[in-house]
Amino acid sequence: MSEAAVTENGPARGLEGMVDDWSADKQAYHVPWGKAMMWLFLVSDTFIFTCFLVGYLNVRMTTTAPWPNQSEIFALSFGGDPIPLILIAIMTFVLITSSGTMAMAVNYGYRRDKAKTFWLICATAFFGATFVGMQVFEWSKLIFDEGIRPWGNPFGAAQFGSIFFMVTGFHGLHVTCGVIYLMWVAFRVKRGYYDNKGYEIVEIAGLYWHFVDLVWVFIFAFFYLL
Amino acid sequence: MAYVPLADQDKEMEMHHPHNWVEEYVFSQDHKVIAIQYGSIAVFTGIVGLTLSVLFRLQLGFPESVDFIDPNFYYQAVTMHGMIMVVYFLTALFLGGFGNYMIPLMCGARDMVFPFMNMLSVWTFLISVIILMASFFVGGGPTGAGWTLYPPQTAMEGTPGHDMGIVLMLISLAVFIIATTMGGLNYAVTVLQYRCRGLTMMRLPLTVWGIFVATVLALFAFPALLVAAIMMLFDTLLGTSFFMPAVIEAGQPLDHNGGSPLLFQHLFWFFGHPEVYIVALPAFGLVSDVLSTHARKNIFGYRMMVWAIVAIGGLSFIVWAHHMYVSGMHPYFGFFFATTTLIIAVPTAMKVYNWVLTLWEGDIRLNAPMYFAIGFIFTFIHGGLTGLFLGNVVIDLPLSDTYFVIAHFHMVMGVSPILVLFAAIYHWYPLMSGRMFNEKIAKLHFWLTFLGAYAIYLPMHYLGFLGVPRRYYVLGETDFIPMSAQDLNAAITIAAIFVAVAQLLFFWNIIWSLKHGKKAEKNPWGSASLEWQTPDLPPKHGNWGEDLPTVYRWAYDYSVPGAHEDFIPQNTPESVEPTVDTEHFDPDHDQSKADI
Ligand code: HEM
Ligand SMILES: [Cu+2]
Repeated sequence: MSEAAVTENGPARGLEGMVDDWSADKQAYHVPWGKAMMWLFLVSDTFIFTCFLVGYLNVRMTTTAPWPNQSEIFALSFGGDPIPLILIAIMTFVLITSSGTMAMAVNYGYRRDKAKTFWLICATAFFGATFVGMQVFEWSKLIFDEGIRPWGNPFGAAQFGSIFFMVTGFHGLHVTCGVIYLMWVAFRVKRGYYDNKGYEIVEIAGLYWHFVDLVWVFIFAFFYLL
Repeated sequence: MAYVPLADQDKEMEMHHPHNWVEEYVFSQDHKVIAIQYGSIAVFTGIVGLTLSVLFRLQLGFPESVDFIDPNFYYQAVTMHGMIMVVYFLTALFLGGFGNYMIPLMCGARDMVFPFMNMLSVWTFLISVIILMASFFVGGGPTGAGWTLYPPQTAMEGTPGHDMGIVLMLISLAVFIIATTMGGLNYAVTVLQYRCRGLTMMRLPLTVWGIFVATVLALFAFPALLVAAIMMLFDTLLGTSFFMPAVIEAGQPLDHNGGSPLLFQHLFWFFGHPEVYIVALPAFGLVSDVLSTHARKNIFGYRMMVWAIVAIGGLSFIVWAHHMYVSGMHPYFGFFFATTTLIIAVPTAMKVYNWVLTLWEGDIRLNAPMYFAIGFIFTFIHGGLTGLFLGNVVIDLPLSDTYFVIAHFHMVMGVSPILVLFAAIYHWYPLMSGRMFNEKIAKLHFWLTFLGAYAIYLPMHYLGFLGVPRRYYVLGETDFIPMSAQDLNAAITIAAIFVAVAQLLFFWNIIWSLKHGKKAEKNPWGSASLEWQTPDLPPKHGNWGEDLPTVYRWAYDYSVPGAHEDFIPQNTPESVEPTVDTEHFDPDHDQSKADI
């Protein structure tokens, strides 16, 4: 925030702005500490998920047994013929919707509309919880109806179950933590805790939430479509 | 964004003020207390690691002379020694210890940005150490698969600790990673966002740069280890086959097939190579500051030093497979990784030249910290050169898995960073304790450690050339290794015991001086950087008293022509001493006269 960074037309943009930021004293980014920290954490988390997905691709290549046919396994029937990937489509839809409500919560947070912010965060958490619930349903169907276990399954390569449960489980854990985190933020919003501190925290929680959604898109593509 | 006045700086800071001694010294949120806690736990585990090394050295030097050292114990000892030293000792001491102590002080901050999380970090670290140590007491003992934990060996019946030992090791690593992440986020954000007024990134001491880049490396490299640990836990506990190919053990096929042991090696070394720089970069930073202070000269090529740290950090992510030349890979990959590996030697060599040029024509004060710092230059050049051998595929193939590799990484990652640690502990001892250590004992400690280290590791290069393999319980008789190799092994063991015992001097010195050392005057080395400019020595909670400092210059204004003293503290206003910035520095032009 040195004076050099501020020209007559406001802070410089683009490459020049970046150089100004980094050569400023006090802080390199014009964001609250928590936000900078969340960004850094998310990059670190990206490395975790990338390693998981690379591991997945790798064992899928090394295993000698055939890879199970996902569109059969992930099909669900509502009385009639099984519809491939229907459950997962709904789950994805729910999660993407929750990103929408989250974005609105951030907006209302900055407008200091406590009631709307509170309810939108609650809606987000609710969608998240629904997602986890559906995941539990999916898992139990896979485990009990189809006999897929981490160490083996009747359809082919054992690694299918191993990596599926591990990665979706790890992601589900992220969603669960996110739901708890959101409830906590919602609670504090309602109590007016952020009136003085500012509502950046809603955006920070939102960053995490969008990230978890984004990761899901990749998991979806890699596990269900590939 | 408009200019924010100084008072606003602390808007986000929630200082925690202790109410009783438990909050002050045990569950403290003061970064300095946390640093000492981190450091003490790390040193404690380091002593365990040192003791283990003496035990397995006894076996190597004098086979079967100690009853309880059987092959299993030997493997467990080397494994735990390696993992403890690399992760729980060096990483924790540099990042958790020095990172915590130095960053807020050198950045002119009151504390880390999130002190509570910082406190959680050290306690999580303690839990990981307890889990690690617990593996010594479970049935089967700790794992003996080597510190690299390669599968499928980790899971085989014949490997000690293949059931409980490895599980505890993996859990402990996962917990450690959580601790480092909590700490690391704090260190990085503090450096980025919580510097005092006037302190630009390019005015930071190299210590902060080294620790900062190492922290970023840790945040991006530990995930690979975490993933590897989780997958291996699944393999051990749930019977999955991520890393387990079809294996026949004692005529019986194991319950696994189709996994990829090479995947583990890739994940491990994707973490493992950056890890060596997680240890090396903070050491580079600390030693630069010690050298510059005691040579009374600015660090040579500050900007180059910073960019070298950043470049090494970046490159360290694309060299990992040089640990896997013998695992087999496509020749083009070998070519690629050999090239990147040798490229990383360029910024590394630049740093070495700059350290030497910093000494050149300096007004060198041969204090104990300086002894260690100069010793580091020797050992690091030595270890770096052997790295160049190993970086070439064809030279590495015969040398891999011999004592040459042991010698290489002990010179470069064992001896060198530890010499820096001693330099740094002696150098900042007056700051941390308010007392001076005993200079004579410290110098004696230096000579014993420095010469002793050479006595241990120089012969190992030769053993490696002979083809003596690492990780063998006894040498036995072979056609190609002469019997004299065993005599050399015995000599190494004696030197090792000698060096281990010599460390008592250090501990005695540090503990004795706490009470009986001469009271340190303020800024005893005449250092220009910010950590010595606090109102109190040692600095109190909150570090800076009423007002945060303002910085007017870089951290290396030593022997500036025309200045009142031979150093100018970073927070000396321009009205008192004119600011000479790096790029404008011109020793022939007398700035002070021009301005006053
Ligand atoms: C000039 C730069 C360097 C080069 C070219 C280099 C090259 C290598 C190579 C090729 C290996 C694998 C040897 C083998 O297993 O066959 C190796 C091992 C190792 N290096 Fe380096 N190295 C360099 C610097 C460093 C530094 C600065 C550190 C640590 C601070 C370090 C720590 C290690 C460790 C710990 C191992 C052995 C790991 C193990 O197998 O247990 N190296 N180095
Ligand atoms: Cu390496």
